[in-house]
Amino acid sequence: MHLESLSLLNFKNLEEVDLQFSPDLNCFIGNNGAGKTNLMDAIYYLSFCKSFLNPVDGLNVRHEEEFFVIQGKYQRLGQDESIYCGLKRGQKKHFKRNKKEYQKLAEHIGLLPLIIITPSDIDLIMGGSEERRRFLDGLISQYDQIYLDHLLRYNRALLQRNKLLKQFASERSYNEDSLDVWDEQLVHYGNLIHLKRVEYIDRLQPVFQQYYELISCGNERIGMEHQSQLYETDFALLLRENRHKDRVVQYTTVGIHKDDILFNLGDYPIKKLGSQGQKKTYLVALKLAQFDFIKAMSGMTPILLLDDIFDKLDKSRVEQIVKLVADDHFGQIFITDTNREHLDQIIRQVAADSKIFRVSQGTVREQNHEEK
Amino acid sequence: MMTEKFPSRLLENAVNEFAKLPGIGRKTALRLVLHLLKQDVADVEIFGHSIIQARTEIKHCKICHNISDGDICNICSQPDRLPEIICVVENIRDVMAIENTRQFTGLYHVLGGIISPMDGVGPADLEINSLIERVRSGNVAEVILALSTTMEGDTTNFFLYKKLKDFNVRISTLARGVSVGDELEYADELTLGRSIKNRLDFESSLSQ
Ligand SMILES: [Zn+2]
Repeated sequence: MHLESLSLLNFKNLEEVDLQFSPDLNCFIGNNGAGKTNLMDAIYYLSFCKSFLNPVDGLNVRHEEEFFVIQGKYQRLGQDESIYCGLKRGQKKHFKRNKKEYQKLAEHIGLLPLIIITPSDIDLIMGGSEERRRFLDGLISQYDQIYLDHLLRYNRALLQRNKLLKQFASERSYNEDSLDVWDEQLVHYGNLIHLKRVEYIDRLQPVFQQYYELISCGNERIGMEHQSQLYETDFALLLRENRHKDRVVQYTTVGIHKDDILFNLGDYPIKKLGSQGQKKTYLVALKLAQFDFIKAMSGMTPILLLDDIFDKLDKSRVEQIVKLVADDHFGQIFITDTNREHLDQIIRQVAADSKIFRVSQGTVREQNHEEK
Repeated sequence: MMTEKFPSRLLENAVNEFAKLPGIGRKTALRLVLHLLKQDVADVEIFGHSIIQARTEIKHCKICHNISDGDICNICSQPDRLPEIICVVENIRDVMAIENTRQFTGLYHVLGGIISPMDGVGPADLEINSLIERVRSGNVAEVILALSTTMEGDTTNFFLYKKLKDFNVRISTLARGVSVGDELEYADELTLGRSIKNRLDFESSLSQ
């Protein structure tokens, strides 16, 4: 699957853009703030119906303009697909596939698989447990609708249970039967979610390890340790044991919504002891593992966006990443960089077709390979 | 909103009352009141009276708690219905949806809502005790739990199941597959009719 062409109107700092892409490798070069990442964001929009940088749609309209339009033409499973996303300030976002408007945006997610590797991935390591749960839940639910349904139901039951605990406190009342029934819902869905999380982490781990070794040219063991209270105690029992505490603090203190993933390098958490380069390598390996996963599940090769990933990596790791993504295993790739050197190095390695685009102050121009 | 200047206090009062209705904003309220002012006085009296009468004279059936003109509703008083099968629903709209399928010949039990702490509704606010009493009386062979498949509907079904499972009755639920949010009200008649005929034991539905 690949993106053949992209047109933009008033998207962020990009006033008008019309680009034809290579099915293999596309490079955006330009200074910081020129608009390279905004091009990546537009491509991301067409897969996920939203920005990876700014969740408020209206803020992605170019300054002093009223609307933005993103249009992409794809080749997917031997068919042309035309995707349209338009937003007028203050109105509902329009999202169309082959001129037909989607009833629900969720129907579109998964149609055009895509993986992005970006500097903000660092939140996965440095941020709170919520970031890691979201990563894992996103990975699983992208191709497991039932998991997503269970997760939504669990969260709903959690909200209701917390509300009930607050009510007990404010009304100075207590009704065991009322609480029991929500506990049983949490236990039912929580156990199903737990099993899936265990399964998926087990499947992701070896792929992740392999990529890390390839990039770092070493044999450091990396680990994803799933932390869940459900490993030690039966969930129903856990809720029982903490019922008194929950009533005092007026929310649910135990359950799969407290899960975390501990990212280890050797025997140590990478959050505390990893260098910047190690962390970056870690994230690239993790995302490439996710790439393999989605490729296997969707039966399509996802589009790969590499946003400014070479910064802070030493020369040998850059070379390894370049070697990796030049492999046939990956399909269409988009890369941004401020530095032409990295890109030339990649282009030399990749026998396949490539295009270079120069981005400056919101305009984009295709460049010949000889131009510097 | 309080900055609106009405030329008449009576007009303002009427607008305020309409604006208390669900889904009615102040603009719509004003439009409705102005419309009524243009009608014949007799017509507006009929309109007002019908609302007061509905509120003061409509009763709830002593058996199923459905809205009724008399002490016993017109479903419970039909001689050809089977009183040993009870279908538990959330409200009168669900009764109407199931009646439209013409596939159900038992009686109903209208709970008057579903358990939802977020909406301030607990088990005590619903017609649960009266359902247990109906079952305890011994003339019931089957209870069909037909609440929506939302998290709250599901939870209420489950709550009722736990209260009823020790009685000697079959407890069943609608065969509806795993689709989410298919409120009874919106299910088409054919599907709903089929799911009432092909209902399954509640306990076996739990493992889905
Ligand atoms: Zn009745």
